[in-house]
Amino acid sequence: MVDLTRVWDVLVAGGGNAALSAAITARRAGASVLLVEHAPRTMRGGNSRHTRNLRALHPAPTDVLTESYLEEEYWDDLLRVTGGKTDEHLARMCIRASQHAPDFLKSCGVVFQPSLSGTLSLSRTNAFFLGGGKALVNALYRTAEQLGIGILYDTEVQHIEVQDGFATEAVISHHGFPERVRFKALIASAGGFQANRDWLRKYWGDAADNFQIRGTPYAQGRLLRDLLDQGVQEVGDPTQFHAVANDARAPMEDGGLAMRLDCVPFAVVVNRNVERFYDEGEDVWPKRYAIWGRLIAQQPGQVAFAVTDSKALHNYLPSVFPPYKANSIAELADLAGIDAGKLEKVVADYNAAVRPGTFQPMKPDDCRTEGLSPPKSHWARLIDTPPYYCHPLKPGITFTFLGVKVSDRARIIMADGKPSANMFASGEIMAGNILGQGYLAGFGMTIGTVFGRLAGEEAARNVRN
Amino acid sequence: MLPENETLAEARRHMAVCNSCRYCESYCAVFPAMTMRREFSAGDLTHLANLCHGCKGCYHACQYGPPHEFGINIPATFAEIRAQSYAHYAWPRAMGTLFERNGTVVTLAAALGVTLVLLLTMALVDPSILYTAQRGEGAFFRVIPMWLMVSLAGGTFGYAIIAMLIGGIRYWREVGGGAPAPGPIVDTAVDILTLRNLGGGGHGCNDVDDSFSSQKRWMHQAMFYGFMMCFAATTAGAFYHHILGLRSPHPFFSLPVQLGTWGGVLLCLGTAGLIRLKIITDPVPVAKRLVGGEYAMLSLLFLVGATGLLLLVLRHTGAMGVMLALHLGLVLALFVALPYSKMVHGVYRGLAIWRHAREKRSSVMVAAE
Ligand SMILES: Cc1cc2nc3c(=O)[nH]c(=O)nc-3n(C[C@H](O)[C@H](O)[C@H](O)COP(=O)(O)OP(=O)(O)OC[C@H]3O[C@@H](n4cnc5c(N)ncnc54)[C@H](O)[C@@H]3O)c2cc1C
Ligand code: HEM
Ligand code: SF4
Ligand code: SF4
Repeated sequence: MVDLTRVWDVLVAGGGNAALSAAITARRAGASVLLVEHAPRTMRGGNSRHTRNLRALHPAPTDVLTESYLEEEYWDDLLRVTGGKTDEHLARMCIRASQHAPDFLKSCGVVFQPSLSGTLSLSRTNAFFLGGGKALVNALYRTAEQLGIGILYDTEVQHIEVQDGFATEAVISHHGFPERVRFKALIASAGGFQANRDWLRKYWGDAADNFQIRGTPYAQGRLLRDLLDQGVQEVGDPTQFHAVANDARAPMEDGGLAMRLDCVPFAVVVNRNVERFYDEGEDVWPKRYAIWGRLIAQQPGQVAFAVTDSKALHNYLPSVFPPYKANSIAELADLAGIDAGKLEKVVADYNAAVRPGTFQPMKPDDCRTEGLSPPKSHWARLIDTPPYYCHPLKPGITFTFLGVKVSDRARIIMADGKPSANMFASGEIMAGNILGQGYLAGFGMTIGTVFGRLAGEEAARNVRN
Repeated sequence: MLPENETLAEARRHMAVCNSCRYCESYCAVFPAMTMRREFSAGDLTHLANLCHGCKGCYHACQYGPPHEFGINIPATFAEIRAQSYAHYAWPRAMGTLFERNGTVVTLAAALGVTLVLLLTMALVDPSILYTAQRGEGAFFRVIPMWLMVSLAGGTFGYAIIAMLIGGIRYWREVGGGAPAPGPIVDTAVDILTLRNLGGGGHGCNDVDDSFSSQKRWMHQAMFYGFMMCFAATTAGAFYHHILGLRSPHPFFSLPVQLGTWGGVLLCLGTAGLIRLKIITDPVPVAKRLVGGEYAMLSLLFLVGATGLLLLVLRHTGAMGVMLALHLGLVLALFVALPYSKMVHGVYRGLAIWRHAREKRSSVMVAAE
């Protein structure tokens, strides 16, 4: 039984990787720690339970990473995806600390895949969790339990009493019952607000109803809103999110990684009005992966259709839901519920514009169109070999960019620029400090682990003093 | 081929999710075997199900596990398909129905085996021999005549081997194993003898809950090697009898008794440990329909081991006769039940592991080209 009458040294709000890394670190430093997770036990772990790897600096090969990945290259990668919207000091600090993230997680029972079996070309930069994020989350919770950290599931942190940057008490809803928790330091690790459709609607209108939330439905942003309303300084563009092209038939929430579709570069993509709207062959993974969610979100009805033929079927990962399949383009359009005549014309125009080239699925090749608008600049092959296939697409939102501002010691900064006396933050809720836009695969878990550890250390130190 | 049914459809749905997710690729052989395929015939699913060692790693790691609406639960689904394949490939076919209430069937076999041997003994030898201490050379055979012992044990065991062989051949043909050319025998043997796939990739399995342990693997190893040692003990006994002309009971430090003793101890430890795990494990990733048969078989194996050990302890007392009849009855029941119980898993798993080793080798060869 968790004692709600006592004063806890540290209250950790959230239950994903960032929260657990913080809680474990603070507990190891001697503090008493209460971790409050909104989700029930079976769905614990936030977006972290959907992840598969983290990005870690390493000067030499390790048991879980190949070759080497140094600060400058890491920083360049980050600079490229964020287009400079980052904080160099915080980013470099995080990059340097990422070297120790795998070992920290291992010390908490997390198992990594041996480096050789890593998927894609990521095994150099990213260390893969054996079994993925849920296995990681299980290991972290188990360690937390063994260390004697108090854990409340099904409990939402609804409000923090803050006076002059000093937090005193939290209002929580424990299995639906209101309670108060007193503590000496707060660590906010409650993720983004991407699952809060009302909030998204403020910026996106009714389109928000058609967004699929790839991860946890508990990312409601209640704590984030509460802190920002009480004079915590905000970072990141509130209107922006990271999104990928998902299968339109995926669950509206918690569909996870397996719902993403990777067929776009091998297809022509039309919207509901059967018009192409962007160069499908613009770039290689992972960049193309990250822009298509946003592109589809801007289409009517937030839906799109990727059309391929049987030549392309094995160039991308199999999809969970089978694609529509037909022996003619017109029949395919009927199955997908779009105008058959228009689709035939789009495909015919596209086919007429395709120039001969040597197809190379893994890198930008010379198969492109000429005289087509928008063009398809790579991987353009004739769509002429039945059966034809169509994958319906919707935007899948990964996370939002809005967050609380923190120092390089994970301490929350107030709107007036002063550091909070006893509030810290880690993970998605502060990732906007470093990721102003864009995304680098595996960086979310790195930020969560690095800032989680910092927040845990600082909070425990705060309590001792 | 297994007829299309709901479980196969469910497994196919599981494979569609896993094949797009692939987070579990390093747990065991099933996931690499899965990624070699895009379409899953009944034969493919039967192969994958028999390749699965039920370690539950992929269940506890799955973000799509219940209560998620996808409800992915590979260990339970595959266990169900395995059981269906045992029934489907049973020989003679009609005996497949015995898998339906396997707990009852195995228990009945045990009861009948013991009763039969007791009755036969009493009918064939002077019943008082059952209760009086028998010593010296040939003591056992005064209780149960050698011809009876050999014909009962040999007959049932021979039958079991033939039935399992026919089942194995039909399985291999229908599931699509390909021409049975000599394959990577060493890899296969190592995987079987070390139960590598119950290793979760090195750090153990989810025997009980989401924590890792190697208990199930060790317990099965104890049971497996214990069983094999008991088998070797019998073979050594026959060798002593027919070749060396030495008659049982053999001294404690003789090869047959040593093998039998330690084999029996391992068998008891292993089965008891597995029963314990079965009681405390998280029940969700388990096919509940099959648990009864597994308890029955584990108990039968335990009793075979235990009565064997008791026989050793009591062999110079008046309890030897009854103990011998009991032990022999249980062994007969085990032999009869071999093709119609959990025990056939050795055949199909062995074949699945062999096939996977072959596929792995040919896919490496394709990749190298
Ligand atoms: C499908 C998918 C795949 C991804 N793959 C990767 C990957 O491979 N590598 C990578 O680095 N990143 C990946 N990411 C991004 C990654 O998930 C996040 O960057 C990371 O998990 C953030 O960790 P966190 O602990 O801050 O947030 P989360 O893991 O989302 O945790 C937030 C927690 O706070 C809880 N919570 C929310 N509000 C409250 C409240 N008011 N009171 C109490 N608790 C609350 C939630 O229940 C949740 O447990 C992926 C994201 C998705 C959606
Ligand atoms: C090819 C050799 C063998 C392999 C690869 C193998 C593998 C396995 C595996 C992976 C399991 C656990 C999953 C399941 O319950 O299906 C298991 C269970 C079992 N095995 Fe084997 N086995 C082999 C031979 C044997 C032998 C020779 C015996 C007899 C002693 C045996 C007896 C059992 C029993 C009784 C169970 C059920 C345990 C339980 O339900 O907890 N196995 N085997
Ligand atoms: S069991 Fe779950 S986590 Fe593992 S590969 Fe399948 S879908 Fe992915
Ligand atoms: S239960 Fe274990 S052996 Fe079976 S598929 Fe899952 S990880 Fe592999």
